[in-house]
Amino acid sequence: MDRMTLSIDGQIVAAEKGVTVLEAALENGIYVPNLCYHSDLKPVGVCRLCIVEIKGRGLAPACMTPAEEGMVVKTETSDIRNIRRTAAELLILNHHADCLSCTKNTKCRLQEVANYLGIDEKRLKRLRTPQRNLAIDSSNPFFDRDMNRCILCGICIRTCDNINGAGAIDFVFRGYNTTVGTFQDKPLLESNCESCGECLVRCPVGALSPKTSQVPAREVKTVCPYCGCGCSIYLGVRGDKVVSSRGDAEGPANHGRLCVKGRFGIEFVNHAERLTSPLIRKDGQFVKASWDEALNLVATKLAGYKGDQFAAVSSAKCTNEDNYVFQKFARALMGTNNIDHCARL
Amino acid sequence: MSFEAARQQATKEWKELQSGAVPLVYIGTATCGRSAGALRLLDAVRAELDKRKAAAQIVEVGCLGMCYAEPLVTVRKPNGTAVCYGNVTKDRAAEFVENCIVGDKPPADLVLGSIGEKSVPGVPDLFSIPALRPQVRRILRNCGSIDATNMNHYLAHGGYTGFARALQAGREKVIAELRDSGLRGRGGAGFPTWRKWQFCIDAKGDRKYIICNADEGDPGAFMNRSLLEGDPHVVLEGLLIAGFTIGASEGYIYCRAEYPLALERLRTAFGQMEKYGLLGDNILDSGFSFHVKIKEGAGAFVCGEETALIASIEGKRGMPRPRPPFPAVSGLWGKPTVINNVETLASVALILQNGAAWYAQAGTEKSRGTKTFALAGKVKCTGLIEVPFGIKLRDVVYGIGGGILNDKEFKAVQTGGPSGGCLPAAWLESPVDYESLAAAGSIVGSGGMVVMDEDNCMVDVARYFLDFTQKESCGECVPCRLGTKQMLDILKDITAGKGRPGDIELLLELAEGIKRGSLCGLGQTAPNPVLTTVKYFRSEYEAHIHEKKCPARVCKPLIHYRILTDKCKGCGLCLKNCPATAITGENKKIHVVDQSKCVKCGVCLEKCPRKFSAVECVPGAALQ
Ligand SMILES: Cc1cc2nc3c(=O)[nH]c(=O)nc-3n(C[C@H](O)[C@H](O)[C@H](O)COP(=O)(O)O)c2cc1C
Ligand code: SF4
Ligand code: SF4
Ligand code: FES
Repeated sequence: MDRMTLSIDGQIVAAEKGVTVLEAALENGIYVPNLCYHSDLKPVGVCRLCIVEIKGRGLAPACMTPAEEGMVVKTETSDIRNIRRTAAELLILNHHADCLSCTKNTKCRLQEVANYLGIDEKRLKRLRTPQRNLAIDSSNPFFDRDMNRCILCGICIRTCDNINGAGAIDFVFRGYNTTVGTFQDKPLLESNCESCGECLVRCPVGALSPKTSQVPAREVKTVCPYCGCGCSIYLGVRGDKVVSSRGDAEGPANHGRLCVKGRFGIEFVNHAERLTSPLIRKDGQFVKASWDEALNLVATKLAGYKGDQFAAVSSAKCTNEDNYVFQKFARALMGTNNIDHCARL
Repeated sequence: MSFEAARQQATKEWKELQSGAVPLVYIGTATCGRSAGALRLLDAVRAELDKRKAAAQIVEVGCLGMCYAEPLVTVRKPNGTAVCYGNVTKDRAAEFVENCIVGDKPPADLVLGSIGEKSVPGVPDLFSIPALRPQVRRILRNCGSIDATNMNHYLAHGGYTGFARALQAGREKVIAELRDSGLRGRGGAGFPTWRKWQFCIDAKGDRKYIICNADEGDPGAFMNRSLLEGDPHVVLEGLLIAGFTIGASEGYIYCRAEYPLALERLRTAFGQMEKYGLLGDNILDSGFSFHVKIKEGAGAFVCGEETALIASIEGKRGMPRPRPPFPAVSGLWGKPTVINNVETLASVALILQNGAAWYAQAGTEKSRGTKTFALAGKVKCTGLIEVPFGIKLRDVVYGIGGGILNDKEFKAVQTGGPSGGCLPAAWLESPVDYESLAAAGSIVGSGGMVVMDEDNCMVDVARYFLDFTQKESCGECVPCRLGTKQMLDILKDITAGKGRPGDIELLLELAEGIKRGSLCGLGQTAPNPVLTTVKYFRSEYEAHIHEKKCPARVCKPLIHYRILTDKCKGCGLCLKNCPATAITGENKKIHVVDQSKCVKCGVCLEKCPRKFSAVECVPGAALQ
């Protein structure tokens, strides 16, 4: 890989060709305040916090500026500080800062920016506090949208557009009233949102928050049981209960992404109605049975059928190997090509 | 028919029109004329002519620019004299037909001036009256004198010879001509047009686009609308030249849907151009093909910003994106694109028609040529004007504008719309050009010019503009979305008597952060009205904040009305008209305003007879 060197705040750092100034700084452990940047997404340069000074060019958003060999960058000058402070103070003033009751507390990127810049209460007091209270959209069964906490970084919009491809949300209204909304500003549930939650995991603040969340004691790397995609996930466990699920960024099939089932549907594992042993109907009642007993019964009954009298429907929750064996059974043993699978429906 | 033959034919037709045996009546029916009743006048004149069985030929033309005197009518008699009349309202149609069209006894109050070489006794030359003398009409030369729906009229006035010249000379010569002319973009920023085109020529791309920016979102600006309505072909000729020069075979005109007449004129013009082989494939057998599409904007100010405009054409929400890359490198659909203002393109056509040397005769060294402005506010003669760069602000306000309405005191002139600034009397001697206005803290902008007098409160003016930019911000970037709102809230507080010590400094600090931090020109210039009013009228801010007084008597919470005991004669007119029943008093006795009930509408002041003048509006809230 081609490398280049540039100077950031007097340090000579190396970076891969093709990265932006912001990425070069962050990779080298130099924090530059940023909110609308996300490594999975194309930068848009709208939060204006990452403004840096580039020798010979003046001020520019670091997230939008390709790093170049020999570039001389300053991330801190009194000018930059003033611009950042104005933006950050206004953001904080307009953000419902109920940090202690927020799911993002301590993991919030606005807090990170505030910590870095140092916010002075006295300065905030000079400003006019907005009296805005937007309704929380809790229509989605898995997560809530509280636009009072939104900083309009647009990350959720770009995620929905470019990562999921659903395009369920966009900026709506103008000026100060601008917010993120659905077509005709309907509740999320009535939009073409697929509830994948990809936006939820990227929101830098607590504007998008899961309805239920328990902090796991430990995480176990596994493969999502829902379909044949083989998404790599980390299941969070407390005691012997699964309490959370998140995509594994290293997963070759999913690169950290998940769909609604893998992210929010994992509670079936500990569900009270989950079947854990075979049941056989006796006198109209289901009665628990051993696997040997159940398989013997099935074998006896199936012996009475042959060829196209029989059809096989298998499940996406089974492994590829299981499905392979099952179709072999249908074709070779039962003598039929009547084979189908739930993922085709 | 060859282009040359078409031109000759058009010239012949025009000459015939001018030397006809019946009076020729030009009625200005552009949007400004229509809002003053020009269409009703047109019907009335027609009916009146029919009634008298009098012969006359009526030509609908665009706007001459004298809004204060609309509806405007020019009558050319078979003897070659032509007189322009103003304020010809429908009720005076009969009289007008009788005395101005059929007869020769023009009423003095309607006459504005004569047009053309033949003078008319007792009538001044129109272009020597104070409102027109300082003007140099180049871009607007056809507005108000030709029928915009008749392409032959444009052809008869040198139309499309600039494009024909460009085709022959080739792109390098066109660029050289533009460079020599010194033309700078008229959309606001004043970037040299030739350089922008050269960037696009140098950019790699299998396709290139030219876009005409006819969004004209500044409140009160209507220069582009008037030009498109009065002489659409001059803009389209410029568009063709641009397309040919940068190698674009497709052009867009981004025009707001609120300009239905301009859109209609454009569509009519397209059809005519196609007929003459000036639009479509292989134009005038040159091998150059060009197609134009119209995109109707939905009226967002920010969509005038070039990157937002491109997003809007692409079907996205009109939001700017950071530059670089500039549109000349990566614009519409990612292809190299030039965006030029309506007036820039019209100037290009004129430069190619008449040459760079001719163009540079007007203007200053760095700001060449002429510029149109929408002159509005507290001057006697409002309207659309065209002046050479370098003209003194005083000559615009007091010469063309005729001075301040009711001879009040001049206070400020606001240039550049919401992105511009307010300049005080000290700047009246300053020339109007890009550099001088920038040095004063304002901008030339696209051409808004609003004059203010002693009755305008400068804090309130700043609040008005901030209210506009705040609402029109696309909401994308933090400093603009939240900063303009914060500044507006502070200004609202100040004008409501809730200003706090330190607010002025706070406004300046926010302004700095917004100007330097915002992503696009909207946010970067939004604080200008505040910065200039603080700079030049700081004492008004201080009076609002510290003394709780509005010196101009505009901000209601900071004024009160009172009845002067030594002047009140007890006529009771104020009492009768007060909508809040706040006035008490008996007949022939002194009346009193109950300050707790008063809604500060000022009706009492209006109604108190002049001879008494007993009601007074006083800065500062009343002492209860
Ligand atoms: C908020 C905003 C609004 C604008 N509105 C207009 C407009 O209405 N018309 C226009 O020609 N240019 C407008 N501009 C300037 C354009 O971005 C662009 O610079 C211009 O069209 C270039 O044309 P020119 O080189 O011919 O001046 C606007 C810019 C900003 C930042
Ligand atoms: S909801 Fe979150 S991700 Fe979406 S714009 Fe707001 S802060 Fe950004
Ligand atoms: S400066 Fe204002 S209008 Fe321009 S991008 Fe930012 S929010 Fe949008
Ligand atoms: S991170 Fe660069 S502008 Fe937001």
